[in-house]
Amino acid sequence: MAVVSAGAAQDSSSSAAEGREGGTPAIETRELRKQFGRIVALTGLTMTVRRGEVFGFLGPNGAGKTTAVKLLLGLSRPSAGEGRVLGAPIGDLATRQRIGYLPELFRYQGWMTAREVLALHCELARLPRSGWPAALDEALGLVGLADRSNDRVETFSKGMQQRLGLGVALLGQPELVVLDEPTSALDPVGRQDVREIIRSLRDRGVTVFLNSHLLTEVERVCDRVAIVDKGRVVAELAMSEVRRESGVGIRAAGLDPAAIELAGQYGPARFDGEWLTVDGIAEDRVPALVAQLVAAGAAIHAVMPSRSTLEERFLALLGTEEPTGPAEPPGSRKDDP
Amino acid sequence: MSSLQSIAIVARLTLREAVRRRLLWALVGLTILIVVVTWWAFSRIAEASPISGATQVLGISQILVMLAFMFSFVLAMTAVFAASPAIGPEIESGLLLAMLARPLRRTEVLLGRWLGLASLLIVYALVAGYLEIGAVALATGYVAADPTAAPPYLAAETLVLLTLALTFSTRIASVAGGAVAVVAYGLAWMAGVMGGVGEAFNNDLLRTAGTATRLILPSDVLWRGAAGALSPTTDVLSASGVNAAIYKFSPFSGAAPSPEWLLWCILWIAGVLACGSFLFRRREL
Repeated sequence: MAVVSAGAAQDSSSSAAEGREGGTPAIETRELRKQFGRIVALTGLTMTVRRGEVFGFLGPNGAGKTTAVKLLLGLSRPSAGEGRVLGAPIGDLATRQRIGYLPELFRYQGWMTAREVLALHCELARLPRSGWPAALDEALGLVGLADRSNDRVETFSKGMQQRLGLGVALLGQPELVVLDEPTSALDPVGRQDVREIIRSLRDRGVTVFLNSHLLTEVERVCDRVAIVDKGRVVAELAMSEVRRESGVGIRAAGLDPAAIELAGQYGPARFDGEWLTVDGIAEDRVPALVAQLVAAGAAIHAVMPSRSTLEERFLALLGTEEPTGPAEPPGSRKDDP
Repeated sequence: MSSLQSIAIVARLTLREAVRRRLLWALVGLTILIVVVTWWAFSRIAEASPISGATQVLGISQILVMLAFMFSFVLAMTAVFAASPAIGPEIESGLLLAMLARPLRRTEVLLGRWLGLASLLIVYALVAGYLEIGAVALATGYVAADPTAAPPYLAAETLVLLTLALTFSTRIASVAGGAVAVVAYGLAWMAGVMGGVGEAFNNDLLRTAGTATRLILPSDVLWRGAAGALSPTTDVLSASGVNAAIYKFSPFSGAAPSPEWLLWCILWIAGVLACGSFLFRRREL
């Protein structure tokens, strides 16, 4: 996929500043509730998404994520509560012109070509007809479908259809882009492309609401995340804080209780017979700790800095924390499926 | 963007889909085939029994009305098959999600769908209807009582079925909605026959049942208008020894609907579309 065009990038700096400093949040909900008969899909969603940030919306299956997205876009009516999107009440028709949306269940007219689908959405989004050719070319280029633009959508693979959906969502330089599981059908290259697109949107000051259960995807691109469970936000986290919470794992032999107590002065420490884990220690203090351990007679075999992961926080918040083990070496973390 | 523009976008999309999916070409092909077969068959009939006496004219007219009945059935089925998958399956597949996230109301989608399909079916009914009537006139020389009025009545009857099937499509699965619309169409025709019998034999119960059914689904009112327009003139009936008063109540005859009935048909279509809009707006996507 290509990088965003220069013209768009130029616009971005001003709109980015404008967006981040804008008076109203991009999304603001208060006790938003949705009930289907006796089933409560959203108990009471309260959250704020600032202008210009990439906001991750996380939660286990059935937490009400997609229901929340549909409420925000006016595709479904709330049973109670209130919300505003781009300063207007949710469901406001005119505001939808400024929103791009990639549904989780993406499907487009199979009998149309990719270019025709995009043109249809240009028309629906009320874009001036004179700007269509440029908008179509830019969207097709961004999502890597320029060479298939005149092929019928029914000949596309699922991944290509998702790319097309992303192109549809990006048409018309929207102020808010809502992406519901945007990489579910993509290969690793496609996921990387989507991450690049999201970063370029952030650079242009576009607010991105990313609904995903792929924690590593979210971790790599989001500024803040909300974790929802049972239809309610259980935590809002700034990714910078999550990343700051670092620690170190030291594989050592000959550690006596006094040495472990010494390590405890740097942060909460535990030793499982092979690995000594110290949480919350700043990186620049690790050499001093290692020197003190060596001086105390320990044989150090390995030192592995570890970072707190979003997955750990996610599991802890949902009460399904995995048993604590040795510090996870950097680079060994597995991507979500 | 006004509502009318939004409706026009969806209507154009519907028409483009009909062309691209070859529905239009299938209808054109079938029309040509039917007109050629009609012309050929009526030519053979005319050759075998030259149209001279009133009885022969009556016979030709009855075959033409039966042909029109079959055509009205084909139109009704086309309307039902085109309209039944127009909303529901597009919700279930997710196709409408991306569209409705744009500044587009659900009512505009419904009306756009209706307008697109209605345009297609009206043109088909008028073109095919006039060609068939023309083919019969060319082959036999038969001129019905009011031949130009019949195709518009058939087109209007198609709109009634289209409206019903499209409204069902907002809430019921396409197969179930289509089946119910077809059964309703058949029942309305049968109730029309019963009402005709009640009228002919002055039976209040049958007459009331027929009228009530026509109010619920006015397709038979319009079919009777088409059949009446294709029937022979009163002079021909008299010359054939047929009691015109009794003839007009046969299943394959009729009379032009009154202005009140035509107004009811318009109100019925508007009301059922309003109902479809309400149901669609209440549906969870």
